[in-house]
Formats: sequence, structure tokens, C-alpha cells
Amino acid sequence: MKFGILIMDGPYQHQASDSAYHFANAAVAKGHEIAGIFFYNDGVNNTTSLMTPPQDDRHISKRWSDFVQKNGIDAIVCIAAAKRRGITDANLIKGARISGLGQLTELGIKADRLVTFGD
Amino acid sequence: MLFTVNKSPFTAGNLKSCLRYVTKESPILLYEDGVYGAMAGTALEPEMKETLKTNRVYALREDLKARGVANTIEGIQLVDYAGFVDLVAEHNICPWI
Repeated sequence: MKFGILIMDGPYQHQASDSAYHFANAAVAKGHEIAGIFFYNDGVNNTTSLMTPPQDDRHISKRWSDFVQKNGIDAIVCIAAAKRRGITDANLIKGARISGLGQLTELGIKADRLVTFGD
Repeated sequence: MLFTVNKSPFTAGNLKSCLRYVTKESPILLYEDGVYGAMAGTALEPEMKETLKTNRVYALREDLKARGVANTIEGIQLVDYAGFVDLVAEHNICPWI
């Protein structure tokens, strides 16, 4: 089955990004396909390469970067939300791309299920 | 249709409104702070038990454990993330966020 994942909240404040990450891993482990991950609103903050959390904590943006590259998953960052929050190609994690909200519609069409994680 | 609730019923109205609108036989999954709704001995327990007569209710084991909730209402089934994925694969999902 093809899953689409929508993340609407930022890292470390709310559990949304963590839940989405564990869900996505479990889905891949079960042999499902992730058609795409869309980062929207404060969710775009999960894709900054500038975060440097303490070493004993999870590195949320690096974790996403590794996961999408390893599994060849399309990670899309909403351009309007990114511009507001200072996320540009210069500080975007590897494996993600900045694009428009239309891509979320595309993802909704492409995926059998669109799973939303947010507060 | 799978209804998912991620907020505590003691800080937000999501779970209560979900229980009110959910169609019979639709499963409900509690995750994140939503798992507080699965805790035994709270003011919400009678309503949850009523729902359990017509709907299956699941709670995410990892989130219960993270919050130290050991006693859950009888009849609520515990699932891990793999079980979460299975539920979403089985049903269309309506995130009651």
C-alpha cells in the first residue's frame, strides 16, 4: 500500500514529528511504500540542517534526512511555510526539496492513505 | 473509517467529540497524549466503556509506556507502531486532530 505522510508541527516541541518518523519506519519495515512526506506549517522546521541538538538526544532533521535518502522517499517542504521560517536551499537537509502546496494535492492523489501528524 | 485521537481528553475536547460523532463499528486509535483516554479509573471511563460496546478502541503501547500509564480500561487493545500501520492499511483514516 502507498502511504503519504503530512507533518504539520515542528521538532522537539510536539510529538508529531517523532510519531510520524516511527510510523514511517514501521510502514517501510512492513513492506509498504511511502509515496512522499510533506512538511507543512511549523513542520518545515524539521528540515533545517542548522539544528545541533545535544549528542544524547535524537537529531530530528538528520534522522529524516537519513531515512528519506536510504529509502528513496520524496520529501517535500512547503515553499510558503519555509520562506516564513527562514528555510532555504542553503540550510535544507539532504534528500528534501522545496516545492509548492500543489505537491500535497499530488501526494493525496498518488497515495492510498494520507496520514496527518500535527498538534 | 479509523479515527485517531492524539490529545488528552483532560485538556482538549477531541476525544469527547470523536466519541460523539464516531459511527458504530469504526475503530478509534489513541496515540500521543490521546492515550490518557485509555487510562482506567478516570472520569471518562464510563463513556469509554459505553463506546467499547459498539467500537473497537486501540491505544499505542509506546505512548502509554512513555507516560507511565500501566492500567488501561478493560477491552482497549494495545498496539505498537506496526499495529498502527496495519490499522491505517485496513481502514481509511480520519485524524481527529
